[in-house]
Amino acid sequence: MSSPATETELSEKVAGAKGPLRVVGGGTRPVGRPVAGELVSVKGLAGIDLYEPGALTLVAKAGTPLAEVEGALAAEGQRLPFEPMDHRALLGTSGDPTIGGVVAANVSGPRRIQSGACRDSLIGVRFVDGSGAVVKNGGRVMKNVTGYDLVKLMAGSWGTLGILTEVAFKVLPAPEAAATLAIGGLGDRQAVEAMAVGLGSPFEVTGAAHLPDEGRTLLRIEGFAASVAYRAGRLAELLAPFGTVEVEDGADQVGQQWARIRDVAAFVGRPGDVWRISVKPTDAPDLAARTGGDVLFDWGGGLIWALVPEGTDLRARLGAFAGHATLVRASAETRARIAPFHPEPPPVAAVAAALKAKFDPRGILNPGLMTA
Amino acid sequence: MDMPTPDAAILSRKSKIVERLRAALPQAAVIHDEAEVRAYECDALTAYRCPPLAVVLPATTEEVAIALRICHAEGVPVVPRGSGTSLAGGALPTADSVILGVSRMNKVLETDYDNRFIRVQTGRTNLSVTGAVEQEDFFYAPDPSSQLACAIAGNIAMNSGGAHCLKYGVTTNNLMGVTMVTMDGTVMEIGGAHLDAGGYDLLGVICGSEGQLGVVTEATLRILRKPEGARPVLIGFDSNEVAGACVSDIIKAGVLPVAIEFMDRPCIEATEAFAKAGYPMCEALLIVEVEGSPAEIDEQLGLIAQIARRHDPVELREAQSEDEAKRIWLGRKSAFGAMGQINDYMCLDGTIPVSSLPYVLKRIGEMSKDYGLGVANVFHAGDGNMHPLILFDANKPGDLELCEAFGADILKLCVEVGGCLTGEHGVGIEKRDLMTTQFAPADLEAQMRVKDVFDPAWLLNPAKVFPLSVSRERRERQVAA
Repeated sequence: MSSPATETELSEKVAGAKGPLRVVGGGTRPVGRPVAGELVSVKGLAGIDLYEPGALTLVAKAGTPLAEVEGALAAEGQRLPFEPMDHRALLGTSGDPTIGGVVAANVSGPRRIQSGACRDSLIGVRFVDGSGAVVKNGGRVMKNVTGYDLVKLMAGSWGTLGILTEVAFKVLPAPEAAATLAIGGLGDRQAVEAMAVGLGSPFEVTGAAHLPDEGRTLLRIEGFAASVAYRAGRLAELLAPFGTVEVEDGADQVGQQWARIRDVAAFVGRPGDVWRISVKPTDAPDLAARTGGDVLFDWGGGLIWALVPEGTDLRARLGAFAGHATLVRASAETRARIAPFHPEPPPVAAVAAALKAKFDPRGILNPGLMTA
Repeated sequence: MDMPTPDAAILSRKSKIVERLRAALPQAAVIHDEAEVRAYECDALTAYRCPPLAVVLPATTEEVAIALRICHAEGVPVVPRGSGTSLAGGALPTADSVILGVSRMNKVLETDYDNRFIRVQTGRTNLSVTGAVEQEDFFYAPDPSSQLACAIAGNIAMNSGGAHCLKYGVTTNNLMGVTMVTMDGTVMEIGGAHLDAGGYDLLGVICGSEGQLGVVTEATLRILRKPEGARPVLIGFDSNEVAGACVSDIIKAGVLPVAIEFMDRPCIEATEAFAKAGYPMCEALLIVEVEGSPAEIDEQLGLIAQIARRHDPVELREAQSEDEAKRIWLGRKSAFGAMGQINDYMCLDGTIPVSSLPYVLKRIGEMSKDYGLGVANVFHAGDGNMHPLILFDANKPGDLELCEAFGADILKLCVEVGGCLTGEHGVGIEKRDLMTTQFAPADLEAQMRVKDVFDPAWLLNPAKVFPLSVSRERRERQVAA
């Protein structure tokens, strides 16, 4: 294993590589096809380079522990808007997630429906491409249309187009207060309807999840305390036709509740494969039924987490649908057999393959992780 | 501004190319008369003009694909065009190019309030997207100031912003999917009513690619429920530094206004003479707008006023009525018109880190004296996107060139302090030759590789974004082929 201490060392390492490289940050998200190759860790590239709370901007080296970034932000009453999921419990991994890993996997959480995904807050990157060249794109300002947006291309490319060395974010103020509105006993279809009512209201819902196991449908509101109280009241009136609405506003309780949703705590420690399905919310109830497994809904129904027996080819069960299904947790054998990332239509797949060939001409960066 | 020499072989084949297009497309879709194509000789960067070889105005995605296939086979460059409101020359033709305009494709294809999206043909104007959903109290968030005229196609090409993006983001944050036709006529569906990409985020790289990767014919856009209300406050200061510090303190206090606009003294004076909005005469003026219920607005504005008072404002004016709110916005919204009354002007749009604001304004003032050209600054202060307006006289020989040189120096300054050349207008031809000040050769190479993938022959809008000397080899490679 190598762990370069500088971007230049990393660039030399890649340029001189004789074979495939397996690129990792904290190594807490072993998603995708298993990769064979020499392990290259970016953990040596660590540290927050710039943080200007008054400009809502943070720049950090890719190997910086996520906890360090979140700690620095919290000290100034700010946060990463996209609420990145912690995969460790679900995937049974340990170690420290890195900020670069969050970007490489485009990891978002429940707030994605309101504040966007990781890619939406990401405003700049530096990376080393497959030839060893150092490339920068975007920058440290939140409005920037200078040249092509490779920032978004890098987010969610799982280290297959380049190895991230530095990432820059637009951050947001953390709210003073939060509340969860809970409705019990809704079926999946009714729950998606109720969440659509909340999300289509002017009351700025920042989380909308339905947990069939618990028989609860939850909506979150955040902001200044008086505003949260006001909006919770108005929203409860709007949702009254769906049943009794309980409002929980204890900071710890609300925080823990949404962390459990974010981290898919309901499936932790239970046997089976875990899939993540992105879909139009109103299509979610039918699609969830077709999984034949246990499910939970985030993003107002737009994100289905499904727990199915090991080795299940879930896409065969689902049939054709508008959206995509990703195999997030499974044995290495299953991940080698069933494509973890959703196969794309031929013209799109051809573009993706050509991009990979341009950015990594020798095919040495995490080869096979996303596509065979 | 240099443009490549038109390909004489293409010019000589004009009648054959037009004939092929006319044979494959409805009569009305192909314009080739020399007088008629002149209507497409420029966009809103009117200093540069060149009539195209021909103009194609398809009515469907299939017709776009047919037109592109023919141009691809003939090796003819294609310049995509929305409404032609680009301030950067994004839709400027060359004499050997075909303009492909999507203006006839302006239908709403699907409106879905439960899933909060609208699907439209991309010739539809920005404001009429909101127009299609406002009866249900929804809106489309990105609001470039040309929104009455500009098309969604152009918004996607330039990743347009607007005054309200501090809270709602820019086009790329509100774009869920596209139907796009590549230069060889392949139709692709990318994204849709679901969120995020299953593989590489191609949508993210298509948005803002200035019509160089494909022609986007349909778009799925996120729509949002309108807030209960909005109200601005006007705050005047006797120095730019203090105004800048106030912006920073508002943001640090945890308030996220929907807009923070900044005007400097030259801009205040010009707009006041023109619009008579009743602005105080001071060095710097902020307009801060917040949203919510009346009580929520009161709470936020109360907090903002408290912060502003710590900075000794010369004026602090809260809108007490709809009418007063309109008056506060009146001057800001007439800023460009007011400058136009005084003189010809060039509008820049570099972005800087908000913390560099006082230094950058001071330097712009010094440069203004050196160049002998007036400049007024109006500015999206929350996100650092500047709009310096440089005044010049188009009828005075050499003044345009002097103005362009001044503009280039301002943009270099933006890059020097950690910002960028363009925050929302795009590179086009206007900032093309400055790209090397922001990007190293490897950075530009990585971007051009993306174009190589989507458009290997470099036929789509080829003379834009990249300095001609940097893209020459690629552009001429296709000519040889």
